[in-house]
Order: sequence, then C-alpha cells, then structure tokens
Amino acid sequence: MAEKLLEVVDLKTSFYTGAGEVQAVRGVSFQLEKGEVLGIVGESGSGKSVMAKSIMSLIQSPGKIKQGDITWRGENLLGKSEKQLRAIRGNEISLISQDPMSALNPVVKIGKQMTEVIIRHQRVGKKEAEKRAVDLLGKVGISSPEERLKQYPHELSGGMKQRIMIGMSISCQPELLIADEPTTALDVTIQSQILNLMSALKDKEQMALILITHDLGVVAENCERVLVMYGGLIMEEGPVKELFQNPKHPYTEGLLRSLPKRSNGVKERLVPIQGSPPDLLNPPQGCPFADRCPYVMDKCAELPPYFKVDSERKTMCWLHESEEGDNHE
Amino acid sequence: MNKRKWNGVKRELFKNKYALMAFVLLIVFLIAALFAFLSPFDPNKMSIIDKLQSPNGKHLFGTDEYGRDYFTRVLYGARVSLAVGFLSMIVAVVIGTTVGTVSGYFGGWIDNILMRFVEVLMSIPSFFLMLLLNAYMKPGITTLVLIIGFFTWMEIARIVRSETLSIKEREYVMYAKASGQSSFLTITKHIIPNIAPTIIIAGTLNIATAILMESSLSFLGLGVQQPNSSWGSMLNSAQGYIGEAWHLTLFPGFLILFTVLCFNVLGDVLRVAFEPKGANGEKK
Repeated sequence: MAEKLLEVVDLKTSFYTGAGEVQAVRGVSFQLEKGEVLGIVGESGSGKSVMAKSIMSLIQSPGKIKQGDITWRGENLLGKSEKQLRAIRGNEISLISQDPMSALNPVVKIGKQMTEVIIRHQRVGKKEAEKRAVDLLGKVGISSPEERLKQYPHELSGGMKQRIMIGMSISCQPELLIADEPTTALDVTIQSQILNLMSALKDKEQMALILITHDLGVVAENCERVLVMYGGLIMEEGPVKELFQNPKHPYTEGLLRSLPKRSNGVKERLVPIQGSPPDLLNPPQGCPFADRCPYVMDKCAELPPYFKVDSERKTMCWLHESEEGDNHE
Repeated sequence: MNKRKWNGVKRELFKNKYALMAFVLLIVFLIAALFAFLSPFDPNKMSIIDKLQSPNGKHLFGTDEYGRDYFTRVLYGARVSLAVGFLSMIVAVVIGTTVGTVSGYFGGWIDNILMRFVEVLMSIPSFFLMLLLNAYMKPGITTLVLIIGFFTWMEIARIVRSETLSIKEREYVMYAKASGQSSFLTITKHIIPNIAPTIIIAGTLNIATAILMESSLSFLGLGVQQPNSSWGSMLNSAQGYIGEAWHLTLFPGFLILFTVLCFNVLGDVLRVAFEPKGANGEKK
C-alpha cells in the first residue's frame, strides 16, 4: 500500500444562514494515497465544492467546519493557525477552481499574479520568479509565454486562462492538486486538452489529484478511484471501472442510466432520476436518496451505515445489508 | 488600473465640454500657483501709497489694504488652498482606504467596531470640533491638513468598505487565499487595485470639500496666519473693505467657487468614465 497523503474523517461543514443551518457536508470520510487520482462526482449542491474548500480551510463565514478531522501527511490541518495554513496552501495543496474567468484578478497582469505565488513560497527574486513563470507557461502549452506575462486576463481566451491557472497551481510542485470542476466553463475540445494536460502533469510532477466534477465521462477517463456524493454524503466509493460497470448504489445506477450510451447503435430513451435533491436545510433523517429511489424500503427511513461490498468498495445502502460481499443486480 | 479605463476617462473628458473646461481651468490654476514666484511683486511687501487700488494696468487685481499686489497674493493663496486640498485629500484617502478595506475584508467584530466609530465621528458636527481642535493647536498648514484629513475620511471609508465587501466575494480573492496569500497582500494586491477608480473619484470630490473647509477655517481666522494668505483668509481681511474695494472679496471668492466647482465636475466625469455601464452604454 502506498503512502497515505490525506485522510478525511467524518467531516461536517455547515452554513449558518438566516433560514437556519444548511448542512452542506454531513459526515464524509475518505483517504487519498500519494500520486492517486480520485474523482468526486455528484450533482450540483451535493457538497463537492464545499468539501474541497473545507480541505483547504477556505470555508468563509457564515460557513463553518462543524466536526471532523483532516489529516495531511500525518498532521491535523484543522488545528493549524492561519499562518501555518498559508504555508501549505498553494505550496503543498493547490486548488484550481471552476471558472478561470473569475479566478484571475482582472486588473492585475498575468505575470504579476504568477510570480506572486512563486516568490511567496519559494523565496526567490523577481527575475528568477519570472523565469520560472515562463517555464511553467511553456509546460502548460502556452505559446510566447514572455508576452503573455505582460497581458491582462481579459486579453486571453478561457482555455488559456485555465492553462495559466494550472500553471500557477503547479508552480510550487504541490503534493496534491484539487481541481474543482476545472472544465465546466470550457467548451468540449478545450476540455479534453485541459484534462490531458492535467493527467500528463500529474505523471510528471507525481502529485495526487482530486478531480471534482459532475461529468461521469471525465471521471471514467481520468480517475482511478471515485466517490459518489449525494446530499452531503458519500453514497458509494470504489475503483472507477468496477463502480461504473457494476454500480452498487441506486443513485450511481440512476446517474449512469441517465447518460447516453453509444455502444450498440440501438436508440434508447434516457432514464432521468425522478424528483429533486434533498433540502440540506432540513435533511432527511434516513437515506437522503430515499425519496427518489426506485428500490425504497421501510428501512430507508433510517440512515444506512457503509456496507463493504468487496475489499475496495463500500456503499451506503440497505440493499447491501445482507449481501455483503455479494453482487446485486 | 488599466489602459482602457484611462482611455475612457480621456474620451469622457473630451466629450463633455464642461469637463474639459474644468480640467483646463484647474491646470491653469495649478501652473499659475506653481509659478507664482515669477510675479514682479513681492506678495508681502506693503506700500501704503498704493493701498486699495482698483484693478488697473499695473496691478491686475488691484491692491489690498496694505498696498500689496492682489494678483500676486491670490496666486500665493492658490498655493495654500490647493496644497491643503491635495494633502488633506491624501490624509483622508489613506485613512479611509485602510479603515474601509480592513473593515470590509475582515468583517465580524472588527467591522462592527470600525463602522460604529465612523458613525460616531460622522454624527459630530465636524466643523465645530475642528474649530475647537484648531484653537488648541498651533495654527498653520500642517495643522489644517491633518485636521481636515481627520474629519473627512469617514465617507471614503464607508464607500471603500462597501466595495470591498463585494470584491472579497470574488473568485480570485478566494484563489489568492487558496494559493497562500496573506490577508495584507490580498488587500493591497487584489482588492485595492479593483476599487482604485472608486477611491480616485472619492478623493477628487474630497479635494473640493477640503478646499471649502480650509477657506471656511481661514475665513474665521483659524487657518493660515498673516502675512501668508489663502483664499479664505483673504476673504476674511477683505470683509472690512467690502464697501470701498469690492475686488478684494470678488477675486478670492470666485476662485474658491471655480476651483470647487471644477473638482466636482471632474469627479463626476471620472465617475461616468469608470462606471462599468456608463452613460455611453459601454460595457465593462
């Protein structure tokens, strides 16, 4: 077994709004090994981004991490001071956000924004930082990098901005890169370029990657292991291939069924998941998916624990209570 | 601040005739004040024989009650008025921006304390407080600048705070934090550049206020002391001769009026030019 890099235990993050407590993340546990690519899928509002921000302690008021432990290379991140966190953010753990258009400051030149990060974490001079920024832009496939450094974000395309963001986030050779829907704001051709770039860089820099997305195709192509999130909880966890071929949780099943298949040329109607996600202001006592689940039972009024399906997979569903280790279909 | 915005300012300036006039007039005042030493007259040299002359070929603005060349005195007065205006604007902008960004960025109890403090200061009629303070301190330009600066920064702080509140929710501010940026650098490198237009506008309007305040204080004899003069103190000494020498009140009075008006017009132009969706329908 490889070295454990990140461990999250029973993380709960809530937002205290005027209407009450919105429980965005309601007890999430997982671990990440060195160099691993972990996919996190789930629909909007399932708590993916909040979880990512919780890992970096970037939750802002009125949000609060209510409970849980986040262990980074053996150290508890939640106990760290703001100053200690600053040394980790951007240096050991980097974040790429959803929208490159808004993640770059519109009134500051690219070069200044890039060198800022480099100077801060690597303690080099301005000249050296600029040289490194040029190297980085070359690495992420941007032509004439020297010129780009002198430009403002609005002078570049979305794909280029996302490349720059990636360049910035790998500038300090982080151990972990959290990509929060890195391709949502880009069109499809650019999407695959960016994903290829990220997986190439991941191999080169030997960093772990958490890829947060709602695009199952992206997960299938890029990840080794995947977490399926729903209603602030992890519904199912397992290696990508097995999980996609043989989903254990009805939610995963529903997700996969709602995707178009191209396999045999037969026209097939897509099956959507009925209903809408649970209200996280008053989350249901039992399984959050119960209202929409085709297999719903009386027992679902109670929150199921995780059942181990085989050595690497677990799922939160009563269907697997009696058949631990068995296959369900 | 980027080039496009400056181009917007330029365009707006040339489009609006009043604005251009205001700008040119201010530049003329500024140059005249700077080169006041070229005047053939000594602003403080008295000559009783020449006293209270009306404007004529030799003395463009006439002479005052001590026979000093009024034109030269007005120019030297412009120096004081403009300098006090600019310097106290800088004091106000520095304090206002610091308080505003800190308050908006950190929020919570820091915000509460700072904003309540601002409200308390705003609720006191500052002019009387200024009079009071001025009475205890040694009158002079430094005192004037500090006092005016200390009593006009609250507006700026409030504007800056509200802008900061909106900017700090932006993705790039979060990203700056995510890449390990300290709060101080996030404020100076990411928030302030974004609210610079607002600060500039508020500052420009603040100059006008400061000049007015300086004039009022000097008029009451609490500003610049003799033999130096500012427009306000000139008005003060002119009031005794208003019947026999109308020009003594006219010139400094009009100069105050025009300068303040010009700064206000200029502030307005800047606001239109910096506004994302300005009068010309231009998008951000």
